[in-house]
Amino acid sequence: MIKFENVSKSYGESKVLKGLSFQIKQGDFVVLIGPSGCGKTTTLKTINRLIQPDSGKILIDGKDSAQLNPVELRRSIGYVIQQIGLFPNMTVEENIAVVPKLLNYPKEKWQPIVKELLTLVGMPYEENAHKYPSELSGGQQQRIGVLRALAASPPIVLMDEPFGALDPITRESLQEEVRRIQKKLKKTIVFVTHDMDEALKMADVIVFMSGGKILQMASPEEMLQHPADPLISEFMGKHRSALSVNAAMSAAEFMKTRVLKAARSMQTLQSIELMRNRDVNSMIVLNDDDTYAGTVSLDTIKSHGKAGRAIGEFMETTVPTVNLKEDARDTFEKLYTSPAGYVVVLNDDMTVAGLITKTSMAKAMGDALWGEMIS
Amino acid sequence: MTLIEFFIVNQKDILGCLIRHFQLVGISVTTGMLIAVPLGIFLTRVRRIAPLVLNFAGMIQTIPGLVMLGFALLLFGIGLLPALLVLSIYAILPILHNTYTGITEVEKSYIEAARGIGMTDSQILLKVELPLARSTIVGGIRTSTVFTVSWATLAGLIGAGGLGDLIWTGLSTYNTNFILAGAIPSAIVAVILSGLIHLIQKKLTPRGLKGVSA
Ligand SMILES: Nc1ncnc2c1ncn2[C@@H]1O[C@H](COP(=O)(O)OP(=O)(O)OP(=O)(O)O)[C@@H](O)[C@H]1O
Ligand SMILES: [Mg+2]
Repeated sequence: MIKFENVSKSYGESKVLKGLSFQIKQGDFVVLIGPSGCGKTTTLKTINRLIQPDSGKILIDGKDSAQLNPVELRRSIGYVIQQIGLFPNMTVEENIAVVPKLLNYPKEKWQPIVKELLTLVGMPYEENAHKYPSELSGGQQQRIGVLRALAASPPIVLMDEPFGALDPITRESLQEEVRRIQKKLKKTIVFVTHDMDEALKMADVIVFMSGGKILQMASPEEMLQHPADPLISEFMGKHRSALSVNAAMSAAEFMKTRVLKAARSMQTLQSIELMRNRDVNSMIVLNDDDTYAGTVSLDTIKSHGKAGRAIGEFMETTVPTVNLKEDARDTFEKLYTSPAGYVVVLNDDMTVAGLITKTSMAKAMGDALWGEMIS
Repeated sequence: MTLIEFFIVNQKDILGCLIRHFQLVGISVTTGMLIAVPLGIFLTRVRRIAPLVLNFAGMIQTIPGLVMLGFALLLFGIGLLPALLVLSIYAILPILHNTYTGITEVEKSYIEAARGIGMTDSQILLKVELPLARSTIVGGIRTSTVFTVSWATLAGLIGAGGLGDLIWTGLSTYNTNFILAGAIPSAIVAVILSGLIHLIQKKLTPRGLKGVSA
């Protein structure tokens, strides 16, 4: 457990950390986020004493870190930086083993660790151990950077924008790997980023900083739902609404309710007339008890319907239906596979609630993302 | 007498001068190294005064070799010692300069990573800074060696021997054979030593650093 007690740091006149107090639980993936210059890196570096605070205390497992030997402390805390910083004069194996060697592990002990770690990130020992960093891709280099931090099994790992310089695809796969490794090895990770996507994806707890202070410390869900400050809402802008589209919305919110319906006994000519009047090219057919029966379109009537026949005789039943409470994602999938280009929304009692077309879905999502656009 | 005949007839003397020349160069470059590398490392720890020291060393370097020899002659008289002293001083600067810049130019991220994972200052020096600065430092040694080979010809003037002896004899007696017997081997020595150091350098450089720096 890491505990900050009123930690402050200034450079000359400028106060960089203004009395930080917070706690990091063991095994948590904690992400520090905030605008550039807000003090994330400084906060991180006070943990392994690369920076000494002017006042306040940092307790690590209850011990005042100022009382610990800084070199020993750092050997017990993994550290990953954005510039990767693999030693170019050492092979992959030597780089990973560097901390175990500092700790005087014998080769019989560190070599199996190197093998195991390389396997963990899908880089077989035989192929990779004897390469030099310059012979690896950026993504592979940062994988090794992460492994170097893990090699002496430190319970805590600090990462300062470790994926900032990677392309989006590599970044994503590394995010997943690190998250998986963290869960598997039960590490406490303190991770700095300025990318909210990354924070939401990885964090158990997000610490939002601004101007050397913590604006909010909360789980991603909590922060999305109840951002404590307008700056946080702004940072999360698109995510907030994306989340509300994803999770909170149901079919009911995408559908239009003004829908043309007719009994299955309605005759062809009358139904054509009705559709023309309302300027639509299909309608819903109901059973006598008002439950959903099927659909007819002008095209089906033209090809099958002779004058005087009931539409129920040749209506189609291929249009997908969804329940009113169906979630956004499944609704979306059905809409996109629907041959007619729309889906029918049913109430629990199988009566028709409305229908969703691509246009009504797009409008509802647009509204959710950017507020009501067309009232 | 043709030049070739001259070489054959005087081979014993020429060989003697050549060996003495190697000794002059070897001793002064080694001394220069032993002083310059630790001093260069020290300067990287006290960067505030580093420019002062480096500028001072640079200034000494601009004093013409003959003037320095003159001083040495006045202070220590004729012989091997004053020559070695002057040559060693000249050998220092390229190595000092390269040691200092080699280490200060090591990328900050390596140092930060090294400190962050728990290396002590001396481990950072030995495991990161020196290996990464090595090719620059060896480059300084190479420069220093090549220069010393030619400066050492001046040593003949104050009776320290070496290939310079032949050149000065030739100059004072208008004997071209003597001049060439000193000049040609010293040129060859310079090229050979430079090539040799380069070769050792390449052999020692790990694959990961090849093509990264010269
Ligand atoms: N050595 C230093 N001397 C003076 N000021 C410094 C020093 N290090 C950092 N600062 C200042 O302290 C503030 C916080 O820096 P810090 O590196 O912690 O920010 P950050 O949140 O990590 O920013 P970024 O997202 O840009 O990395 C900045 O205003 C920075 O300019
Ligand atoms: Mg930073």
